[in-house]
Amino acid sequence: MSGERGVRELLLGTWRGRFGIAVLALTVFVAAFGGLLAPYDPYASSTDVLEPPSWSHILGTTENGSDVFSQLLVGTRVSVVVGFAAALISAVVGSIVGLAGGYFGGWTDRILDAFENWFLVIPTLPLMIVLARVLSPSLTVLIAVIGLTSWAGTGRIVRAQVLTLRERPFVERARALGAGDTYIIRTHILPNTLPLIFANTVLIVAVAILSEAALAFLGLGDPTRISWGTMLENAFSSGAPSAGAWWYVVPPGLCITILVLAVSLLGFLFEEYINPRLREAT
Amino acid sequence: MSEIQGGEIGMGETLMSVSDVEVRFEARRRTARALDGVSLEWRPGEILGVVGESGCGKSTLARAMLGLQPTTAGQLSLSGGVVSSKDEQRALRMRVQMIFQDPYQSLNPRQRVAAIVTEPLKVQGVPKEEHDGRVRRAMSDVGLDPERYLDRYPHQLSGGQRQRVAIATALVLDPDGLICDEPVSMLDASVRAQILKVLVGLQKERGLALIFITHDLSLAWSLCDRIAVMYLGRVVEEGDAADVIERPRHPYTQALVTAIPVAVPGGGGRRELLKGELPDPTAVPPGCRFHPRCPRRFEPCDRVDPELVETGAPGQRAACLLYDPTVARPDGGG
Repeated sequence: MSGERGVRELLLGTWRGRFGIAVLALTVFVAAFGGLLAPYDPYASSTDVLEPPSWSHILGTTENGSDVFSQLLVGTRVSVVVGFAAALISAVVGSIVGLAGGYFGGWTDRILDAFENWFLVIPTLPLMIVLARVLSPSLTVLIAVIGLTSWAGTGRIVRAQVLTLRERPFVERARALGAGDTYIIRTHILPNTLPLIFANTVLIVAVAILSEAALAFLGLGDPTRISWGTMLENAFSSGAPSAGAWWYVVPPGLCITILVLAVSLLGFLFEEYINPRLREAT
Repeated sequence: MSEIQGGEIGMGETLMSVSDVEVRFEARRRTARALDGVSLEWRPGEILGVVGESGCGKSTLARAMLGLQPTTAGQLSLSGGVVSSKDEQRALRMRVQMIFQDPYQSLNPRQRVAAIVTEPLKVQGVPKEEHDGRVRRAMSDVGLDPERYLDRYPHQLSGGQRQRVAIATALVLDPDGLICDEPVSMLDASVRAQILKVLVGLQKERGLALIFITHDLSLAWSLCDRIAVMYLGRVVEEGDAADVIERPRHPYTQALVTAIPVAVPGGGGRRELLKGELPDPTAVPPGCRFHPRCPRRFEPCDRVDPELVETGAPGQRAACLLYDPTVARPDGGG
């Protein structure tokens, strides 16, 4: 546990770390510049319907004759934006609820705890489907729905950490000096909880990316934007798999899998870094 | 300060006094009497030892004295004035500081030493331009070179260095009193002596009053001016350190004292072993709280709860019916 050097070693010294960083860096790059890299307009249709991969369309074409590779590049942005934004919302909500409940205890904790349990127990995917259906589909709604249904785990973890921090002598000493709650939370509780929040949030990025794909696949995504999930939905609704058009189904599916895997590996690495006991178990 | 007071033996003058303080904990419909009517006087510049078994309420007393533990009865006074309002509480927190047992838990692992030691000044609103000088002085007072240590994190320090930082943190506000809750029990024997030396040095040079909470009687004996012995949430004997340890009056103190290891060939003489465990504070025995374990109990001990009474030596008092002039003793002697 020697500060930043340990993190760097963990990220660049293990194959999991290198793989995670490489995939994430490439994905973020494509998300930022995918539109410029795309050889075709991903929305443009043509008469070359469901063409297999060729030199002009390296990943073939869709049922409308659009270029699959261009759609894949452009669709990256939605997955990345939804994944990170939803995880951020989840981290903020979960941290506030966990901090407030754990630190203040009593009735605040009891009410927030009941709320948290409710969100933990309720199956998230059906809840997301209902919410996404009721609200009109757009990117913002998607982010909000995913973020607001996945914070309970973070809340739980933060609360547990705050409960142990609250009783530490350095917090007690600050209280003995007459420090206020805001001061204690800001200088003593939050800095000691942040690494945990961070590791947990990285894992939630993976969950959010998967959720976006699932919702989009069910037709609840933003209809005006291409994402890996909407590509899968279009492929299935147009019967591409039964027509043998694997080039339409496999690329978005594989991209989702690899990105989720990479982000999860990074999340687990951070978790191990914070809790070295996990390292011995693997 | 200690010189002025030396002539008048500090009678009547107190830094802090605790009277009839009670702390109760509710747990599963049972009430634990953690502190059950504790009274204590802490004089300026003195080292007051508070000794007793674990669970007797030593640490609760320390926390109650700083207002960290809500009390159900009794009052605290600072220099003779009762502490009740917010402002008085604030003054108390300026003038009396505390250091904790575990130096690995008492420093925030994510703050540098400089931030840790500055914190009291920040919280108490001391003007910024004084911070640096006061922090450096406090560091030097505990024997840590500010240049070398201010930029470090706690995990880069040894246990003894951490405890020194904790003491510096307490000193930076220039307190009159320092409550030390088992400050050396988690440290190696070699480091222990250094930390004790720092504390005693501060008492001598700054006239700092210390409360030294410990379960180590021989340590209290060599270090303290006065000693209060606690048993099950109450002070059962108090007096000058030499009197209490060399001529203990309360049977509980007597048993503790005979248990001090002495390097004498063939053993240190008569050893009185206490039977049984410290009773549960949710079930304090009626009468004298020590009577079920007392080797010298007699007829009224299970009915009458003894008060602290004079036992002969000046200032030495014990809560035992053996010394109560109104109770007939079983034998003629003491």
